[in-house]
Amino acid sequence: MHLLRTLLILGLVTSAACAGTGPSPSGAPAEPVETTSPADGQEPDLGRLEALYQARADSARAQYHPADVDFMTGMIAHHAQAILMSLWAPDRAGSDAIRTLAARITNAQKDEIALMQRWLRQRDQPAPEVSPEGRVSGHGAHMHMTGMLTDEQLARLEASTGVTFDSLYLASMIPHHEGAVTMVHDLFATDGAAQGDLVFKLASDIQVDQSSEIARMGRMLDAMRAGSPR
Amino acid sequence: MRPTSRPSPSARRLGTGALALAGALAVAGCAASSSMGGVDLPSVAPSTDGPAPLRIDAPSPDPREGLGAGLFDAEEAAWNVRVVSRTPPEEPFVGQTNSDLAFKDHYVFQGNYDGVQIWDITDPTTPRSVVTYVCPASQSDVSVYGDLLFVSGEGLSGRLDCGAEGVDQQISDERLRGIRIFDISDIDSPEYVANVQTCRGSHTHTVLKDPNDDENVYIYVSGSAPVRPSEELPGCVGALPSDDPNSALFRIEVIRVPLANPEAAEIVSSPRIFDDLVAPPEHGPAPADLEAVERAREEGAFVLEIGGDPTVLPDRYVEPLLQQFVERRGGTGAPTAQDSAALRSYLPQLAEQMGGGPTADMGPTQCHDITVYPDVGLAGGACEGYGLLLDISDPVNPRRLDAVSDSNFSYWHSATFDNAGTKVLFSDEWGGGGGPKCRESDPMEWGADAIFTIEDGDRMEFQSYFKIPAAQTPQENCVAHNGSLIPIPGRDIMVQSWYQGGLSIFDWTDPANPVEIAFHDRGPVNAEQMESGGAWSAYWYDGYIYSSEIARGLDVIELLPSEALSENEIEAARSVQLDLLNSQGQPRFEWPHTFALARAYVDQLERSRTASQAWVDGVRSTLDEAEAMSGGARRDLVQTLAMQVEVQADAAGDPAKMRLLADALAGLAAM
Repeated sequence: MHLLRTLLILGLVTSAACAGTGPSPSGAPAEPVETTSPADGQEPDLGRLEALYQARADSARAQYHPADVDFMTGMIAHHAQAILMSLWAPDRAGSDAIRTLAARITNAQKDEIALMQRWLRQRDQPAPEVSPEGRVSGHGAHMHMTGMLTDEQLARLEASTGVTFDSLYLASMIPHHEGAVTMVHDLFATDGAAQGDLVFKLASDIQVDQSSEIARMGRMLDAMRAGSPR
Repeated sequence: MRPTSRPSPSARRLGTGALALAGALAVAGCAASSSMGGVDLPSVAPSTDGPAPLRIDAPSPDPREGLGAGLFDAEEAAWNVRVVSRTPPEEPFVGQTNSDLAFKDHYVFQGNYDGVQIWDITDPTTPRSVVTYVCPASQSDVSVYGDLLFVSGEGLSGRLDCGAEGVDQQISDERLRGIRIFDISDIDSPEYVANVQTCRGSHTHTVLKDPNDDENVYIYVSGSAPVRPSEELPGCVGALPSDDPNSALFRIEVIRVPLANPEAAEIVSSPRIFDDLVAPPEHGPAPADLEAVERAREEGAFVLEIGGDPTVLPDRYVEPLLQQFVERRGGTGAPTAQDSAALRSYLPQLAEQMGGGPTADMGPTQCHDITVYPDVGLAGGACEGYGLLLDISDPVNPRRLDAVSDSNFSYWHSATFDNAGTKVLFSDEWGGGGGPKCRESDPMEWGADAIFTIEDGDRMEFQSYFKIPAAQTPQENCVAHNGSLIPIPGRDIMVQSWYQGGLSIFDWTDPANPVEIAFHDRGPVNAEQMESGGAWSAYWYDGYIYSSEIARGLDVIELLPSEALSENEIEAARSVQLDLLNSQGQPRFEWPHTFALARAYVDQLERSRTASQAWVDGVRSTLDEAEAMSGGARRDLVQTLAMQVEVQADAAGDPAKMRLLADALAGLAAM
């Protein structure tokens, strides 16, 4: 892994060397270099730039850390369970607010699963398959990530309807989301992890999106609990 | 920040004098038509009641759908705009994300995850690369002020020495997460002069120039990534404020940068603008929703006031609640009027419970972006699940005035004020910008803009949503993103980027009915799979729209006239010349007094049918006549026209627009 990284670093440094590289404030004076742009009026060679784009995309794909792979694989299983739970909402939920929330969670996490699967496949890593219903098969099918529901808890949710489903759904989805946030924190606490922009961005987005959603679900749950007099 | 062209003090004096005179004449000028000093205008009174809403026939089918893919050769669709130039990234930045833009004089500063690109835009048809400065850090959000360039670093791989090798250790003294400061007094050789490290890095930042402080600028830092360990940056605490009062959560950072000594830049405050944030569970209801609630109330529904907003108690709660009141009084069977009354008196208590609770008090921990509008002393904070209105009259201690949330909004991303500072538009970056959120199946209220009016200077009231109407493919990341106002006088028009949804230009003068009037879009980068691309930022600067294309470089685009926008309005917009623009530090536009400005207002009176056609024709021919004159003759004619417009103002369907026209004419006469 370290050898691979070192090679990639050398590759990157080479590509950067044709332009100005700024030193730190305490370093040597900056000497930004005029770039290799064509002279005024001359069209840039778009074919060559496109080839460079592809080469960079390929090399960026080779830059990753084992913790990134574990994160992506685990998060697919984690997201899949959120979809499984959310797809029960149209038939079981007692309120439109929960149906809307569930639709949004399904939409968001399906897109992220597709992104994570693509990330893994482009790096020749096995990617868990997720059925449209949110069932995981293949690699990662039996991963149990933090915040995920047990089979028993899932069965309880599936068997519920109306207000019971709504409150169970929220009460389960909040710790489920918190689990995803914990996974992001664990990733960031790993030496060398999340250096690639895609992983960093995805993980940061999951963190902020799900934190916002946790707060929103908390408010919904409070409102729901307040709905019956004691 | 500062328009170079302002009306001179003498212009203002003369203008006011002309208007005062007109006011005196107005007493006599009760008739809608008017004649004086050789100008004979017909009646201005429109034949229709009320202004006509803005209408434009959009092309159908929408040409943005079904565009062919490609990196540099994707198909394009343009409506009421023309692409002036398409400039691919310089080699070092090919294949790396282009991000935000800032402007100074004839330079564009384009952030890139690997550094900063500086373009010379003296000739917008051929932007010329000045420097491609390699210094990796995401997202490289850029701002400029005076001779200083500020760049955000948030990712874990940003290095103090600008190296590209990343930072292998979780705790490292080589990592930069925060703000980099460059001296650009020699634009060809930016000098990296200082850093300010922050606990959550800097996802975006906002430069605030306090009108009362010429020695410093302030930077509001927004960072959304997790808090870095205190072993790396002492004092950084990731625990909740309830567990540790020094928590880096629930606050923004304010950096003060002494302009003469940027090396001394430091964090001067960490305002907890989210403290005690208990916003209503939704943004305020739209007027139509309020009407529905009123109807329901009249029909006997149980209505609660939650966070100041009336809400109908859903039926699914009503029945069990009534049943419980039946049980409570020891009764059986169907609820009676007595139970219904008991529930009604219980409603305030219920509302209180619904608004409170321990989790409801947990607001956002950070902002994504803050737009400051120093001229009106306000800022719009787009902060996770909330949109905040802040008072920034004390830049070091911003104070929250109001907060809104919205069940349709996933992630509040950025804010744009109208020029008057009476409206604010927030965008929702649902999915973080990497997702395809403009597919046919994605709701129009999700990943959209939400438009609010600002009431009494301190309260936001929801009006409507806006989202591009063209469905995009699953291979195109698309959601509301960065934009800016276009200085069309008398109207609120902005250009906004939608990643691979392209850029859209829309009118939100009527905040309840935004109307798209122009767009540009490309097909996906890749037809087979999602590859990140599209417009990150699209801003108007000195006559053109500059769009930072994530994968394709820099696009320069010009507006074309249409039924919804006249050549005169575009020319008036072009007359506003700035020498500095950071879109998150909103400038107030002021228009030089030109014939184009006057004609722009006349065009608007005609389009909205708030003045009679005969009157519009009469004013136009008088303006043509005046423009062909020179010296005192021109001045006298324009001044007379100004007075007549003022006299007739109240007879028109839009007196306020008439007064803008009169003011523009008076200013023109004084030039």
